[in-house]
Amino acid sequence: MPKSAADSLQGLRVAITGGTSGLGLALVEQLRERGAAVAFVARDTHKVQAIAGKLDGTHGFTGDVSRKEEIHPIALGINAALGGLDVLINNASSLGPVPLALLADTECEDLETALDTNLLGPFRLTKALLGSLTASAREGRSAVVINITSDAAATPYPTWGAYGVSKAALSHLSRIWQEELQEHGVRVEAIDPGDMDTPLHHLAVLDADPAELKRPQDSAREIITWIENARKSQEVTS
Amino acid sequence: MKAAHQPIQRPPGARLLMVGEQGDLQPMTRSSLARNFSAGDLLVANDAATLPASLHGIHEASGEAIEIRLAGRPSLAPSDIHQFTAVAFGAGDYRVQTEDRPVPPTLGPGDLLRFGDLLRKNLPQRRRGQGELQARVIRQLEHPRLIEIDFLGHPDFVWSEMARQGRPIQYAHLRQPLQLWNVWTRIAGRPVAFEPPSAGFLLDWKLLSELQVRGVGFATLTLAAGLSSTGEAELDARLPFDEAYHLPKATVRAIQRTRQRGGRVIALGTTVVRALEDAADSSGNLRPGNGVATHRIGPHRELQIVDALISGTHEPGESHYELLRAFTTEEVLHHMSSALEIKGYRSHEFGDSIWVEKWVGKVEKNETPGRAGENSTNRQQTAPQQTTLRRPPRPRQNGRIRDAVAARLRLVTEGFVPGLSSPR
Ligand SMILES: NC(=O)c1ccc[n+]([C@@H]2O[C@H](COP(=O)([O-])OP(=O)(O)OC[C@H]3O[C@@H](n4cnc5c(N)ncnc54)[C@H](OP(=O)(O)O)[C@@H]3O)[C@@H](O)[C@H]2O)c1
Repeated sequence: MPKSAADSLQGLRVAITGGTSGLGLALVEQLRERGAAVAFVARDTHKVQAIAGKLDGTHGFTGDVSRKEEIHPIALGINAALGGLDVLINNASSLGPVPLALLADTECEDLETALDTNLLGPFRLTKALLGSLTASAREGRSAVVINITSDAAATPYPTWGAYGVSKAALSHLSRIWQEELQEHGVRVEAIDPGDMDTPLHHLAVLDADPAELKRPQDSAREIITWIENARKSQEVTS
Repeated sequence: MKAAHQPIQRPPGARLLMVGEQGDLQPMTRSSLARNFSAGDLLVANDAATLPASLHGIHEASGEAIEIRLAGRPSLAPSDIHQFTAVAFGAGDYRVQTEDRPVPPTLGPGDLLRFGDLLRKNLPQRRRGQGELQARVIRQLEHPRLIEIDFLGHPDFVWSEMARQGRPIQYAHLRQPLQLWNVWTRIAGRPVAFEPPSAGFLLDWKLLSELQVRGVGFATLTLAAGLSSTGEAELDARLPFDEAYHLPKATVRAIQRTRQRGGRVIALGTTVVRALEDAADSSGNLRPGNGVATHRIGPHRELQIVDALISGTHEPGESHYELLRAFTTEEVLHHMSSALEIKGYRSHEFGDSIWVEKWVGKVEKNETPGRAGENSTNRQQTAPQQTTLRRPPRPRQNGRIRDAVAARLRLVTEGFVPGLSSPR
């Protein structure tokens, strides 16, 4: 373990959507190891409770980020449990149609699900949490929104239409928000974690060779390093 | 005034009545609010998010329906989510005027309250315990409607069930049921307010950008804004109840900088006034951190920190109106109230706004300027006639005299100075 790891994120308040599997779970575990206060969200109550129960000091909330009426309850839980927020990681994601489908075979409802989960969810949740994030920035902390995107946002892979479109929109949303929010002290970044060995990937690519995929723990570590660096540069500025 | 009954935070035609430091009145549209600020001013807002503090359920002992409106909490600590003071109502909901709501069943220590829509029907068959938000009555406080309760369960469970089952507190003038997004301001953060800090509804990110461009600072504090009405005269007379708050160090520093540079501290909402004045000692030093605002602010309280207040429109008799009396004279408030009434301003949380400056004295014509030097240039530019001010000496002051004179002149030309110039 690198020598800085133990408490490098002490006092940092982080919220993660989709914290019960794959990359999200790896982030919850590693952030907590480094001393951050962590709240996470996913739809399956049992998994949420099991993980919150196992990882002492994390706060699990059941919620579906694709549903408009659940966003404020989710934001309320996060703000309440952490007493504010420094970092929001929009990680929960939907593939759209499963198995993946050609765009012309994609049902509108499946495209809607992908957009609701991957675009509108992060949009709504970020908006609902901007009060806390900007408050964090005013207090000289590092306020950051990380949107987990994908190379499917840039490359038009056949059959990845619904997902790719939603991730492309999420990446662009991140760029626009980065421009608009920097004057309020909030940094917005879209990060592509790379192909990882996770349930989502198995759903999408049935015959993938796990040996060729990244471990979600490694992607989580890279994201955390990014957060640590953002935090350091914020400290230098303020 | 007529009540605004649509939950629209920034309606296109919203108005603002400005009450200047000499009591001069100036009507304007709220969309031009940014122009009222001068470089160096600081806007301070309450960033509390509003809790869904109205919970419907059943009083287990009697089987009767009950509504609890959360009204107070000992502190803002995230884990301090169990004990609340609350106002209890019998059956019914916000569509019935609060005054007409039946009293709750008798609530004794230890009584169980079970919340959630599921409880309405088939009470005995419903699942108990797990997954259901419950509270026990600790005791009744001085009034049959006012109780202290204790929610059961892990804080995260209480928070998420409250978020799921509660509804924002609302009153009969709003017809449709409110959602949390109706009552969260753009800057809403920690969910601690029992009713929205509604002066903040006028804020959006565009306004905050405009203010930044104008060199106006922005800072926040968090105060658990309490109930505006209980429907019981006896309890209403005691409003506002004690309100816990948090004043960040960054805000204290921003206020200090503002004062050093001669800018004004402008409070967005009465809750901001309450927190800042509570946190100030008698020499105007601010104590950052957590506190509980217990004092009422009114005519007998000298304001230490706040120079001007932006607020909703309030009618005489309301506790918010009392607070205005700390800012300006009875006469000015009387003029303000008549103007609001005559010009049909809209009242209540989604209504129009006022901007009230701390009263400093009257404008009098043809007098020698007290402190001519700092303002003479501007005055010559804006005022063809000789208008000067008589006012107590105030060290931190600059653009304000100029602005007041300009405003005053606009008013005189527009014939909008009640009792001072002839109406059009
Ligand atoms: N795996 C890859 O190769 C890869 C590649 C590039 C980018 N990504 C991106 O990386 C992120 C993480 O993916 P992953 O592979 O770790 O996925 P995963 O293992 O399937 O985990 C997804 C997590 O999100 C939750 N979730 C899904 N829909 C949700 C919703 N509507 N509301 C709340 N929570 C929801 C899931 O729990 P519930 O089902 O209980 O809700 C689960 O905790 C995603 O944004 C994905 O697009 C992944």
